[in-house]
Amino acid sequence: MTAAPGKTLLIACGALAEECFAVIRANGWDHMEVTCLPAKLHNRPALIPEAMRKKIHENRDRFDRILALYGDCGTGGGLDKVLAEEGVERISGAHCYEFYTGAAAFAAIADAEPATFYLTDFLARHFDRLIIEGLGIDKHPELLPLYFGNYEKLLYLSQIENAELQDKARAAAERLFLDYEYRFTGLSGLGDFLKQKAG
Amino acid sequence: MEDDDIDLSALDDGELVEQMHDDLYDGLADEICEGVNILLERGWEPYRVLTEALVEGMRIVGIDFRDGILFVPEVLLAANSMKAGMAILKPLLAETGAPKAGKMVIGTVKGDIHDIGKNLVIMMMEGAGFEVVDLGINNPVEKYLEALEEHKPDIIGMSALLTTTMPYMKVVIDTMKEKGIRDDYIVMVGGAPLNEEFAESVGADAYGRDAAMTVEIAQKMVAERRAA
Repeated sequence: MTAAPGKTLLIACGALAEECFAVIRANGWDHMEVTCLPAKLHNRPALIPEAMRKKIHENRDRFDRILALYGDCGTGGGLDKVLAEEGVERISGAHCYEFYTGAAAFAAIADAEPATFYLTDFLARHFDRLIIEGLGIDKHPELLPLYFGNYEKLLYLSQIENAELQDKARAAAERLFLDYEYRFTGLSGLGDFLKQKAG
Repeated sequence: MEDDDIDLSALDDGELVEQMHDDLYDGLADEICEGVNILLERGWEPYRVLTEALVEGMRIVGIDFRDGILFVPEVLLAANSMKAGMAILKPLLAETGAPKAGKMVIGTVKGDIHDIGKNLVIMMMEGAGFEVVDLGINNPVEKYLEALEEHKPDIIGMSALLTTTMPYMKVVIDTMKEKGIRDDYIVMVGGAPLNEEFAESVGADAYGRDAAMTVEIAQKMVAERRAA
């Protein structure tokens, strides 16, 4: 008889929250809970490692296992250092684009077309707030070429098929004067990791 | 008093320079240009306008960015206003023989198309009197080597924004070692995911945490090399 999986906490970037819940619901994993760090830490990656450590310490006593749903996310190995010190495993990948798409597939895309700007469902949904307003492009359109002048394409990596989000992503590409491409990744990247580690 | 009401020409030199720091902080390019012209009309040397009004103002911006008070949009607007001021000063600096601090070639590494940080470094290095050759983005090792051969700089600078592209810096440094030219140049590296530890691990001479720190380190290392 297989032992019941222990109570597991997933500490995820806020940008992955909906996808985490979708995977948990689809698999009926009621031994898993999710807590998030703010997605806006993407803009200040130096703060991610210690924010993660604090979250681990706050929750360690209540769970049998903690998993981190984060890429390296620009911490330059800083997050992995903290996770190693705290004995917490994370999903592998430099960032969520990679673990949604799969490492080999993403590497092929990045090698072939480095001038690609990526959207996920979260970024497509919140594009105006995070990109246009967040980067000040709404008030200062002269900043647009400074941010995006070197990009050639916007690639929308879709986790859950949604026609409205596809429209938003297409509009985002137009707004940024980029070519548009759509690719469905699904949630297997996330799901397979969770199944393997705590499912 | 609202900024709109300030008559820059009515301020004395000290007050004007302080106001220019504020205007640069707020990304007010027109006001910066006005201030630069006023100081020049008052007989200020172009190099003094550059260092005391613009470079110092940008240094304050850099500190507040580092401390999370300002974010990328504000830094870019401040940089744009500094560039506007520098556009007035550049031809005058050449005429008045402003001191040459050294020469740098700098580019973003292969596979990486990000250049905001690199461009800020270029602006601040030029502000400090360095001649800078901008290699642009997505540079394979061959481009760095060609640039070293052509320009014979004091410094080679490499920038990366991605964890996946920063390892390429080691490729460039190792190639320089193979060719026996590693010690002919100061190698500086920078970019958001980098740190001192990484710089040491790839064999760089220094890590520039931000544009202002990069200038300080570059000045020190070039001076040490020249004194040796």
